[in-house]
Amino acid sequence: MAKRTGLEVSLAVSEAVKMARAEVIAAYPITPQTHIVEELSQMVADGELDAEFILVESEHSAMSACCGSSAVGARSFTATASQGLALMHEVLYIASGLRLPMVMVVANRALSAPLSIWGDHSDVMAERDSGWLQFFAETGQDAFDLTIQAFKISEDHRVLLPSIVNLDGFTLTHVIEPILLPEQGEVDAFLPSYEPPSRLDPQKPTTVGPVGFPEIYTEVKKQQNDALLGSYEVILEVWDEFEKSFGRGYKPIEHYKTEDAEILIAIAGSMAGTARIAVDGMREEGKKVGLIRPRLWRPFPFEEFRNSVAGAKALAVVDRSLSFGGQGGPMCSEMRSALFPLDEKPVVTSYIAGLGGRDITIENFRTIVSDTERVLEEGYGDEYKLIGVKE
Amino acid sequence: MAEEPERKQFVPRIIPPRELFAEGNRACQGCGEILGVRLVMKAAGPQTIVVSATGCLEIVSSSYPDTAWRVPWIHIAFENAAAVAAGIESGIKVLRRKNKYTDQRVNIIAFAGDGGTADIGIQALSGAVERGHDFTYVCTDNEAYMNTGIQRSSSTPYGASTTTSPVGKKSKGQNTPKKNMPMIMAAHEIPYVATACPSYPYDLLNKAKRAIATRGPAYLHIFSPCPTGWRHPTDLTVEIGKLGVESGVFPLYEIVDGKLKLNVRLEKRRPVIDYLKTQGRFRHLQPEDVEDIQRRVDAGYQKLLRREECDSFKE
Ligand SMILES: Cc1ncc(C[n+]2csc(CCOP(=O)(O)OP(=O)(O)O)c2C)c(N)n1
Ligand code: SF4
Ligand SMILES: [Mg+2]
Repeated sequence: MAKRTGLEVSLAVSEAVKMARAEVIAAYPITPQTHIVEELSQMVADGELDAEFILVESEHSAMSACCGSSAVGARSFTATASQGLALMHEVLYIASGLRLPMVMVVANRALSAPLSIWGDHSDVMAERDSGWLQFFAETGQDAFDLTIQAFKISEDHRVLLPSIVNLDGFTLTHVIEPILLPEQGEVDAFLPSYEPPSRLDPQKPTTVGPVGFPEIYTEVKKQQNDALLGSYEVILEVWDEFEKSFGRGYKPIEHYKTEDAEILIAIAGSMAGTARIAVDGMREEGKKVGLIRPRLWRPFPFEEFRNSVAGAKALAVVDRSLSFGGQGGPMCSEMRSALFPLDEKPVVTSYIAGLGGRDITIENFRTIVSDTERVLEEGYGDEYKLIGVKE
Repeated sequence: MAEEPERKQFVPRIIPPRELFAEGNRACQGCGEILGVRLVMKAAGPQTIVVSATGCLEIVSSSYPDTAWRVPWIHIAFENAAAVAAGIESGIKVLRRKNKYTDQRVNIIAFAGDGGTADIGIQALSGAVERGHDFTYVCTDNEAYMNTGIQRSSSTPYGASTTTSPVGKKSKGQNTPKKNMPMIMAAHEIPYVATACPSYPYDLLNKAKRAIATRGPAYLHIFSPCPTGWRHPTDLTVEIGKLGVESGVFPLYEIVDGKLKLNVRLEKRRPVIDYLKTQGRFRHLQPEDVEDIQRRVDAGYQKLLRREECDSFKE
C-alpha cells in the first residue's frame, strides 16, 4: 500500500531514483538541484541504494560518465540546473545520438548573466533540440511519478533515448508536499531491471560512436528522430500501465476548465498552480477562461495540442524563457506553428513572465487575459510581451 | 650509448600475434601513434574496453561502417575520455555486484592525444584519477593537434613550427616549453605513471602491461612521432623516436608508487641537433636556438637524474 508522506520535492525525487534502483549516479552540485544529489549520496552512504555515485568534477563529466555507464547497460541518473545543464550541452546531443537511455532531473533555473540562482525555463529551452524526451512536472507527485516513468520509457527498446524531467527551481524543488510513496515491490513490478539490446562487452565487441560520413549521417539522424517521434506511443502506453498499477493517470497535456473556454492560458511547470487560481477567479466573474498545461514537451504532442485548443477563440501562451531576437517565447513559437496549417484556429498571444525567479502572480494572469481580450477585439497584438516589467 | 631497456615479460617469441587494433585503418604511413596503440592493445588482450577521445586515432579507426577495433570501443567527445572511462568502470562495478556482468577482469583503457590530455581533457582526467577509478589512461603524444591540421598544443615543444605557432618575422615557432604532463599525473600520486615510445617496443609493451595490471588509475605517456605533422620521411618514425630518447628530449621512465626510475639510462646523450635536424618543424632554428634547446634539455635531464637519486632512498 502506498503511504502519503510530507516530503520536500527534491527528496521525493531522490526517493523515486532510489525506488527505480538507479545503478550509476554521476552528478555535480548546483542550486537548486543540490538537495536531490545530497539525499542520494546519503542513501548510497547508508546502503539503502546499491549504486555507484561518481563524484565528478563537473557536469560535463557527469553527462560523459552517464554515457559510459549507460553504454555498459547500467541504469544511469543525473540531475542538474542552469549553468550545469549548459556545461553538459555538447554531451547531451551525443547521449541521444548514440541512443543511450538515462534520466536527468533538471531543477529549472535561469541562465547567467546576471547570475541568478532562481527559477525559469531558459536552461532547458536551450536544450530543446538535443533529442532528449522532455517532461515538465507541476507538483511533487508529478515529479516523483515522472522520474520513475522516465526510466521505463527511455529504456524501452523502441525508444532508447535519454529523458529530462523538468522541475521548477525552488517553487517546486524546495517546497514540502504530500507525496504518495508506493511500495518498493510495486515499483519493481512496474520497472524491471534494464536489459540493453547491446552493451560494451568483451564477449561481443561493438564499435560505439564512430565517424559518420555524409553518406550516412542523415539516415542516422532520421532513425533518431523516428525513435523520438515513436516514443509518443510508448509514453502513452507507459502512462496507461502506470494508471493501472498506481491509480494515477497522466496525459501529454493537462486541461483545466477548458470545455467551454474562449480564452485558454498555456503554461508549463509549477506556475500552472497559480494560473488555476486565476482561472477560478475570472470564471467567478463570468469570463470563459481555461488552462492547458503541457506535461510532455518533447516529442511535442501536436495532435493532442490541436485538439486541446480546438474551439477556443484565443490561446495566451506564457513562457518562462525568452528567445532573444526571435519570436519571444519558445513554447509559443512551437504552438503558433503547430496551429498555422489549420483553417480554424485560435488567435495566439505570447507572454514572457517569471524570468529569474520573478513570481507570476494572479494579477499577472489577469493582465494576460485582458490583453488577449483586447487583441481579440482590436484584431492585433504585439509579437510578444514581457509581463510585469518595471519601467 | 643507450642501454637496451631490460626485457621483462615480453620477448619476441611471446608477443601475441593477434592484432586487436586491426591492420586496416586510415592512419598516415609511418604513424607513430598507431604503432604505440597497436602495442598497447597487444599487452591488453581481448578482455578490454577502449574509450577514445576525438583525435587522429578515433578518426582513422572508426569510419562507419568500418572499424579497426576488435574489442568493444566507444567514442563520446574530445575532452572527456577519462570521464567516460569512469562511467564504464563504475557501471561494470555495480552490475557485477548484481550479477549482471561477467566476473572476468575487464581492462578499461582510455586513449587521447596530447591535446585531449594536456589541454581540453586535463580537468576530466584529473578528476577521474583523483577519484581512483581502476583504468589506464594512455596519452598518445604527437606534440600538436594533428587531426585538425597541426595546430600547437601545450605539449608542442619549444621552437616547433605548427600552423598556429608558425615561424614568421617575429616568431621562432612555439614560444613556450612543453607542458610536463607525466609529472602532473605523478603529482596526483597515482600508483603508476610511465613514459614510453614505440621505438622501444618491449619497454612499451611491459609498461602497458604493468599499467593495465595496476589496480587503480595508471597513466602512460607515449611519445608518438608523426611524419605528417613533424615533417619527416615516413620511414624515419622509429629512428626519430630513438633519437628523441637518446638525446634526452623524451626520457623513458616509470614512477611506481611515487618512485621514479629511468628505464633508459644515458651515460652520454646525443646532441639534440641530431634529433632536431630530422624534422621539418625545426628547420628554421638557428644555431643559437639549438643551443638554447640543448640547455633546456640538459636541465630537464639533470632534474630527472636528481629525482631518481632522491627516490632511491624511498622505501
Ligand atoms: C570541444 C571540441 N573542440 C575542438 C574540437 C576539434 N578537434 C578535434 S580533434 C582536435 C585535436 C586533437 O589533437 P590531439 O588530442 O593532440 O590528438 P591528435 O589528433 O593529435 O592525435 C581538435 C582541436 C572538438 N572535436 N571538440
Ligand atoms: S597526422 Fe600524424 S598522428 Fe595523425 S594519423 Fe597522420 S601520422 Fe598519425
Ligand atoms: Mg596530438
